[in-house]
Amino acid sequence: MKSFVDNRHAPADGRPEHPDNLPLAIHDLTVAYHRKPVIWDIELNIPEGKLVGVVGPNGAGKSTLLKACQDLVPKTSGEVQIYGAPYKSRRSLVGYVPQRESVDWDFPVSALDVVAMGTYGRLGWFRRVGKAQKRVAMDALARVGIEHLASRQISHLSGGQQQRVFLARALAQDARLYFMDEPFAAVDAATEQAIVTLLKELNQVGKTCLVVHHDLSSVTRYFDWLVLLNMRVVASGPTEEVFTRENLQKTYGGKLSLLDDVADRLRHVSS
Amino acid sequence: MSAVKSGRALVLLMALALLFLSAGSLEARESAWQDWDYVWKVITLQSYNARLVILSTSLLGIASGLVGTFLLLRKRSLMGDALSHATYPGIGMAFLVMLLLGGEGKWLPGLLLGAATTGLLGVLMVLAIRNTTRLKDDAAMGIVMGVSFGLGVALMKMVSDLPQADAAGLNSFIYGTAATMILGDFLLILVVTIGAALASLFLLKEFAILCFDESFAASQGWPTFFLDLAMLGLVTAVTVVGLQAVGLVLIIAFLIIPPTAARFWTHDLRGMLGLAAMVGGVSGWIGSSLSALFADLPTGAVIVLVAATIFLVSMLFGPARGVVPRSWRQARLRRKVGRQHLLRAAYEILEGQQPDVAEPIRNLPIALDSLLTHRSWSAQQINRLLRTARTEDHLEEAEPGQVRLSEAGFGEAARVTRNHRLWELYLIHYADIAPSHVDRDADLVEHVLDAEVVNQLETELQDRPSSLEVPPSPHFIDQRAES
Amino acid sequence: MNWSSLDTWTVAIGAICAVACALPGCFLVLRRMSMMGDAISHAVLPGLAVAFLITHSRVTVAMFVGAVCMGLLTAIFTQWISKFGKVDRGAAMGIVFTSLFALGLILIRQSAKHVDLDPSCVLYGSLEYCVLDMVRMGALEVPRAALSTGAVMLVNLLLCALLFKELRISSFDPALATTMGINANLMHYLLMAIVAVTTVAAFEAVGSIIVIAMLIVPPATALLLTNRLPFVLILSAVIGIASAFLGHLGALTVPPLFDLGGTVSSGMMAVAAGLLFCLAWLLSPQQGLLVRWFGRDFGYGEESQDFPEETV
Repeated sequence: MKSFVDNRHAPADGRPEHPDNLPLAIHDLTVAYHRKPVIWDIELNIPEGKLVGVVGPNGAGKSTLLKACQDLVPKTSGEVQIYGAPYKSRRSLVGYVPQRESVDWDFPVSALDVVAMGTYGRLGWFRRVGKAQKRVAMDALARVGIEHLASRQISHLSGGQQQRVFLARALAQDARLYFMDEPFAAVDAATEQAIVTLLKELNQVGKTCLVVHHDLSSVTRYFDWLVLLNMRVVASGPTEEVFTRENLQKTYGGKLSLLDDVADRLRHVSS
Repeated sequence: MSAVKSGRALVLLMALALLFLSAGSLEARESAWQDWDYVWKVITLQSYNARLVILSTSLLGIASGLVGTFLLLRKRSLMGDALSHATYPGIGMAFLVMLLLGGEGKWLPGLLLGAATTGLLGVLMVLAIRNTTRLKDDAAMGIVMGVSFGLGVALMKMVSDLPQADAAGLNSFIYGTAATMILGDFLLILVVTIGAALASLFLLKEFAILCFDESFAASQGWPTFFLDLAMLGLVTAVTVVGLQAVGLVLIIAFLIIPPTAARFWTHDLRGMLGLAAMVGGVSGWIGSSLSALFADLPTGAVIVLVAATIFLVSMLFGPARGVVPRSWRQARLRRKVGRQHLLRAAYEILEGQQPDVAEPIRNLPIALDSLLTHRSWSAQQINRLLRTARTEDHLEEAEPGQVRLSEAGFGEAARVTRNHRLWELYLIHYADIAPSHVDRDADLVEHVLDAEVVNQLETELQDRPSSLEVPPSPHFIDQRAES
Repeated sequence: MNWSSLDTWTVAIGAICAVACALPGCFLVLRRMSMMGDAISHAVLPGLAVAFLITHSRVTVAMFVGAVCMGLLTAIFTQWISKFGKVDRGAAMGIVFTSLFALGLILIRQSAKHVDLDPSCVLYGSLEYCVLDMVRMGALEVPRAALSTGAVMLVNLLLCALLFKELRISSFDPALATTMGINANLMHYLLMAIVAVTTVAAFEAVGSIIVIAMLIVPPATALLLTNRLPFVLILSAVIGIASAFLGHLGALTVPPLFDLGGTVSSGMMAVAAGLLFCLAWLLSPQQGLLVRWFGRDFGYGEESQDFPEETV
């Protein structure tokens, strides 16, 4: 079976190297629950400063990939290295934008409070949120264009504004690598535009962003690096190279997923 | 509105209940009311008997309010219920252990320690069951609660036959011993309250982020499990100490009612904490005062009813989320919407009547019928809108069957129509919505647009008029009837 | 150990209670409303007090009517507070049942002259005394409690059999059920009423607090052992009966081991149910802890299968 995985960084003996300057290096990652693999044998090396889109059909494991990289779900096997070290020691370099449904937007906090949460990690135990943190939060809100909503309760924000709050929170973390889970889901056109502009700004200053995305039509416009995921990595590389009909068919192809296809072929071979 | 009606019914029911209660107790002790001196003494803590109880229950209310807020935000309010039931076997076990160690067995701190231990163990079991099986929070709590309470009951019975056991003393944990509190109890409550206050102060942001977004907190490196444990440990401390004072079922109420009541008054977490503490403290104060003044009123039960009344009032009238303020705000929005619709309809009719589009629109009288058909109003609705418009000086005198906008009204109508059209254009350009659908969406949002947003709209559509012009409607306005 | 006919009746009454509770309990657990059982068992107190005030006797139709009213009121108020106040459902439940319980306590205390209703009896029950209260039925002498709980058990069995598919679909997908003509709200209140009646019937025997154990623990145990709803119901009933038997056995044999006096059978029945649950938790062939830790299974249980269903 032809390998679709990008092996550009793999030395001849098959074991991938982990240069310290790679923001994200994933080796042989498998996550499963109840005997069913969610993601399988993931091999991924993401170079610095790229705006990476992670696309695949529903249930392909995109969210799980992001969570596994941040130790939010247990790994069945494999390892993840962030700038050459395990995630635990590199937390301060990573920012996270989870899915919007993961919180209760009825919580009694303002937009500013939520964004300030991005600074809690650096603040440490028992310290209170002070002027410095609030200023960082305000700056972040300004960068996403909603500083006038700082004192508004989050349940009074529209979906797009809530998404921007989440983004601002990640900005307040001041990271080098950002994981974003479906930031474009169910937002209005203006917000989508604002998010793309922000991502491109981050790109220009050398930050790396890994963005789970669902809309194929905008992939070529937004991302310069693409990961096609369907339980396994179908392909990973610069968008122009990877975004081919063949690869897309392998990722989304009909009703069969990649593994079902393999199972089918094996059955034919053994019969 | 049915909510307000049932709210009134409920208040009536509660009033009747309270009346029934006070009637019963008045029969028993008429002297209380005549003796205002005594009442005053009790309320201002000058009566020694009552003082301890009132202070203790108020402090307990403050502590429960603080700790209960975090529990509520973590959506684990009933954990207090499971916990309080889980403490029961601990009391019996502690008693046995202390006996075995040669002591007297009824040493209070020992009993409380036993209660706290099994309570915490119970909580850990709940988390364990929830995390390792398909059973959810509620089932896990039910299991732990039922089994541990059964164990407690069985243990207590076994223990009660022992010569050293005084069953009534041990069983006081069900109903509380508020009436017979001693200084030691008060000090214990004081310590726990101070602890709760300090924790709320120093761990505020940690608890807040845990309750709001657990996975984000985990990704930042916060030890979510231990934070959870700390929170539940606080709840255990408050519960165990409160069990003594107000009894098992009623400490649960103290953990749930004040924070929920507080939520209706504020949108801010810190405000909510403060208000919850206040509601808890006030309930304790009033409740135990009432209980001291009247006969046959078990302290814990009265406190709960006081708290529940405060909750009811908060739910109905709390400015932030109360039922009445919310429906009033909605009604106000509806009125504003109706007003603006009327003006825009009038303007659009005038536009349609204008033969030459290039000329500015003239303010002429319009037929009432044309208004009626323009937006499918009923006669009753339009009369109401016209009345409102008249009180705002948007209309002038006109012939019967006709409507005429005043100068102010005309200006306002033009402005409203302009905003509407701008918003429609914006939606079309940026949201790819088929033009015929636009009116609906535009209708909903435009009424909450303020001047700042309108300016933004104008900028984005590169539209800087020198005079107030109205861009034409992007979709056809059916002059006979709007679909 | 002497085993007399009284012991047999004790186990029988306990078993009947367990079965009567397990059936509605399955649906409570599936609807994630386990705590509602606890709520109702506390909230019935004012209803019982009022019924007693009016009729001056312990177990009558008035009691059941009072209990059903309080059960329904609990459900209604909880729904109302949760919907219009936008309050977390667990918190709403807590507010309602604690307030009602407090009201009940006050009512009882206030009318202590007229009411011979000891709240602790409501809470703990008195299985031992129940077996002494016999009633003639033809040639047999049967404890009255067995008759009343037996009647409730039969009613529950009947309802579960007749309304099985309605209960199932409204537990799984209330919205869908309503669109198919099965009023989900109605099923909800019906279930609450059943729980209320069962609680009152059982309180005399095992006390309203142990009823929670009977309502939740056997169904939860069954859910760990099977994926098919009919088996969940049957298995929970069987486990309930086993708990009753083992519990009473334990009540007779355990205290002498420690040189302590006798103990309450109902409490031990709850403990027995808990032990059976722990066994299932450890040893379940599909979901047990041992299988998780040592089996070929390798994974986390975050997204475990919610609803046991053959077909959706």
